[in-house]
Amino acid sequence: MSKKEKVLDKKSKKAIEDIAMNGSINNSRKLNFDTSWQYAPAPESTDHFKLKKKYDLFINGKFVKPTDGKYYKTINPATTETLAEIAYGTDKDVDKAVKAARKAYNEVWSKLPRKEIAKYIYRIARLLQERSREFAVVETLNGGKPIRESRDIDIPLAAAHFFYNAGWADKLHYAFPGKSPQPLGVAGQVIPWNFPLLMAAWKIAPALATGNTVVIKPAETTPLTALLLAEVIQEAGLPDGVVNIVTGFGDTGAAIVNHPDVNKVAFTGSTKVGKIIQKALAGTEKKYTLELGGKAANIIFEDAPIDQAIEGVINGIFFNQGHVCCAGSRLLVQESVFKTVIKKLQDRIENLIVGDPMDKNTDIGAINSKMQLDKIKEYYEIGKSEGASSFQSSCNLPKKGFFFRPTLFWDVAQSHRVVQEEIFGPVLTIQTFRTVQEAIDKANNTAYGLSGGVWTDKGSKIFNVVNKIRAGVLWANTYNKFDPTSPFGGYKESGLGREGGLHGLTPYLKM
Amino acid sequence: MSDRLNINKTYKLYIGGKFPRTESGRAYTIEDSKGNTLCHMSRASRKDFREAIVACQSAIKGWANRTAFNRSQILYRIAEMLEGRKAQFVDELISTGATKGSATKEVELSIDRLVYFAGWADKYTQVFGSVNPVATSHFNFSTPESMGLIAIMAPDEHPLLGLVSNLAPCIVGGNTCVILASEVNPFIAISFAEVLNSSDVPGGVVNILTGFKSELYKHFGTHMNVNAIICCADNKDQIINMQENAALNVKRFILRNKVNWMSDAGQDPYFIMDTQEIKTAWHPIGI
Repeated sequence: MSKKEKVLDKKSKKAIEDIAMNGSINNSRKLNFDTSWQYAPAPESTDHFKLKKKYDLFINGKFVKPTDGKYYKTINPATTETLAEIAYGTDKDVDKAVKAARKAYNEVWSKLPRKEIAKYIYRIARLLQERSREFAVVETLNGGKPIRESRDIDIPLAAAHFFYNAGWADKLHYAFPGKSPQPLGVAGQVIPWNFPLLMAAWKIAPALATGNTVVIKPAETTPLTALLLAEVIQEAGLPDGVVNIVTGFGDTGAAIVNHPDVNKVAFTGSTKVGKIIQKALAGTEKKYTLELGGKAANIIFEDAPIDQAIEGVINGIFFNQGHVCCAGSRLLVQESVFKTVIKKLQDRIENLIVGDPMDKNTDIGAINSKMQLDKIKEYYEIGKSEGASSFQSSCNLPKKGFFFRPTLFWDVAQSHRVVQEEIFGPVLTIQTFRTVQEAIDKANNTAYGLSGGVWTDKGSKIFNVVNKIRAGVLWANTYNKFDPTSPFGGYKESGLGREGGLHGLTPYLKM
Repeated sequence: MSDRLNINKTYKLYIGGKFPRTESGRAYTIEDSKGNTLCHMSRASRKDFREAIVACQSAIKGWANRTAFNRSQILYRIAEMLEGRKAQFVDELISTGATKGSATKEVELSIDRLVYFAGWADKYTQVFGSVNPVATSHFNFSTPESMGLIAIMAPDEHPLLGLVSNLAPCIVGGNTCVILASEVNPFIAISFAEVLNSSDVPGGVVNILTGFKSELYKHFGTHMNVNAIICCADNKDQIINMQENAALNVKRFILRNKVNWMSDAGQDPYFIMDTQEIKTAWHPIGI
């Protein structure tokens, strides 16, 4: 028996005694998985594909070396092992890519019959589906997210985004009554590391379907699936230059945003960088969409189905290690159920499996980078120094790689930094409220406005709260659900414009 | 000529449903084409701008919560009031140098445009919203929702029609606004405020300032309670400054300085959507 198991065993014995004495713990029964259900390791295999040692830039339909000849290493955040070398694109490479995209737009893409554009995009969707297992494994290796998530969410959704948008290509005039929508030209896109392939799909699919060509930069820490996507695009036979993928760092992204021949900028990332981009675009004719940070309130009312709500809260904050802009990172609980909720949350967190992202049983994988891990650790210290009560899972963390225990903070005030600022990690703050109005006021007391959650069995209360929360996506009795048909995007400082659905086409068109 | 002496109007600002003088006590002179003094206008200051934002802020909740039908009727009511004062506005436009024909056309178009947007109040959410067929067992719908507080820099040309064409799509969607009136012909905007004030438009929903763009444009960009800027002005430096400052709190910036307000392009339902957010809600379908 390992040391940890012994401890748990003592705990569970105590729990059994408690039940014998009081009939229940804190008026609720606890599911004790630890001693009775042991999971054997179930790692996903990696023998069905081979990564290249070195990846070049994808410009004008070909893989080309970066002008300056510089490469950087991309790692597996769960082991810190190097996976491959990636080209570091500079402004010269970006310029080449934009020129290729412009040429492709002028000479080929804008002249194609719309239904042919649709067929190319359908092809991408199908090829992604065919290679889904490889994509899922690479996504997990490079980003640290649990294989279950990349397999069941990231990759299928990415394919679905291409499939959905493909169909719009020859139907745009139905989407905008009274208008004849036209493409803008070259779209420059910069995407984050939390959903590498999915964000590429969110950006590329609507851009192509509306008749634009693309220059896109994946995040520096997670370039691999975008480069696999380049292979798919090549295989799908897209005309050269219609999609160009330039890997690199912040300066590479800045070169795309600032390139004078880009007609539209689409950025997903932090509010801080979003504001820099918005400012940089002042005085230009470029259209832009910004999908920025969030600090969403997830509200549990006393009449909520509590066990479902607990699962929703867990999914809301610990999905993808909390690296989700729309994560439900602020839990608001009605005072009367606070004790029950916090007890159940702690029990549930104790049972989350934190560790090897490649293991199919893993609930919480690796933090994406050392930089992000340091940031989360810093916020953990800030939370404690601000006087919050805290709870962390007692789980063992792997010795190598970047990991962080799922964490709760309560006894926090609205003004605390851990309540106001986006942590982008598995850290949940918990506040209480008494009235519906107080919940709404607290939910809206933030500069952000991306998403929110409501848990109650009372329908009229759902509509009331959903109407009054100033945010772009509201989940009622569910959380963190995504679909290509469903528009996504924020109010206030969470960004502007929508991605996905019919509304996600608008930013890529002039009317 | 009768011996009777005319009673000249004192033009003030329109803030929170009241007509205060500028707190700065400053005025500037408007002349007709022959160089005769037409009137003196209040020259609004930064503090007036901020007062107007406060008025907007306090009116937001009430206005956004009005039913679409109610907002529709209130916009229609503005048109009714304007129709009744048609002669006054035609005269005022003529005093700025417009011909009788073009003045009449501008007033008539303004009235019709109000009616046009009044009609959109309970339709744009139907036309521009959607029910989304998600692939999971959820009911999912997207609806336009008011953006909040809009700062509008009205066009200099067509001082009535330009004002109405920007104001109507903004407030029909449940927003409140602060408007800097045409700098060259501002008094018509204040006369229009009298129309608004007798049209059941709640105080604070529309606030109208007169003054200098060069003095006030900076505050459009920097005020942190402004959710969006609609700019119908041409000065490139001012536009860039507002766009840069918009990034302070990710304001939406809508440039409408190339619209011919007398044409059909001046009444576009997509103007309503410029100051709407799309909100998407999910709920599971099941037991």
